[in-house]
Amino acid sequence: MPDPVVMLITGARKGIGRYLAEYYAAKGFVLVGCSREPSDFQAENYQHFCLDIVDERAVQKMFSAIRRTYGRLDVLVNNAGIASMNHVLLTPVSTVQKILSTNVVGTFLLSREAAKIMSKNKVGRIVNFASLAVPLRLEGEAIYAASKAAIVSLTQVLAYELADFGITVNAVGPAPVKTDLVCHVPQEKMDRLIARQAVKRWGEMRDISNVVDFFIRPDSDFVTGQVIYLGGIS
Amino acid sequence: MNSKNDSMVVLVLQSLSEVREQFGIPESVEPTGETVLFGLGGELDSLGLVNLVILLEEKISDELGAQIALTDERAMSQEHSPFRTVTTLAGYISRLLDETKHA
Repeated sequence: MPDPVVMLITGARKGIGRYLAEYYAAKGFVLVGCSREPSDFQAENYQHFCLDIVDERAVQKMFSAIRRTYGRLDVLVNNAGIASMNHVLLTPVSTVQKILSTNVVGTFLLSREAAKIMSKNKVGRIVNFASLAVPLRLEGEAIYAASKAAIVSLTQVLAYELADFGITVNAVGPAPVKTDLVCHVPQEKMDRLIARQAVKRWGEMRDISNVVDFFIRPDSDFVTGQVIYLGGIS
Repeated sequence: MNSKNDSMVVLVLQSLSEVREQFGIPESVEPTGETVLFGLGGELDSLGLVNLVILLEEKISDELGAQIALTDERAMSQEHSPFRTVTTLAGYISRLLDETKHA
């Protein structure tokens, strides 16, 4: 990996994305973040783009700006995602389309455009976000789990398609972390979920950055198509 | 063929030449508009085609200031792919640029 590393994080305004932006900015990376709303995170080595990750034209413009400003992109973290808890019989199709669009189409589009820049230098790292909702078959999260299962498949196939370009594609499946995504889930449900983990505690932000650190290390160029779930779930 | 299509043919030929150089593909005959890019008897394999597409999108962005995605569901088709020959690709780019203008 070159020094400094140029990294793009989607959904960087809050939650896990915000933590990762601050974490890697503090490490001296050149950070590019994006989200639908403006971010109040400011650092000399941080640039923010306001866009919807399923807006193809807007995404292309951002990548064009990255290429012109920095000349390369080394790491993409596809963190942006949305969820909606509901019983399947009460879920409107519009919700299904929104979740699949943001989580699956967004991850696909960002990966496609990132790979174009990364392929120039024959090196790149793409880190996607899976979820424990897939292996745990979480009730009430049918569409969210389906979208994350699609991301797992995308990760595994992209690993093959992009290997010739020197790009690895992996995914991290965090244990529940106290973010906006889970703040409306009843405590009792969260307790039951955590009880199913091998290590029975809430996930911490550092657990996630630890896995991302591993995936993006130069020595991890033989690690691709892998999904690491946290908390002992497999 | 109009002058816009001519300039696109030139752009594709220049980019093809750069990709050939990058991959060390020998230039057996001088490429023309009828040169087959991909598929049976094509100059490029799928990796070469992807690199050509990346290069063309960059050039179009830098030289024409337009953002287009050279994607098509028939990309890998033997008969109907817009990536089949230099001319079909040039025509496809022109059409996408027109659509961008009218979007």
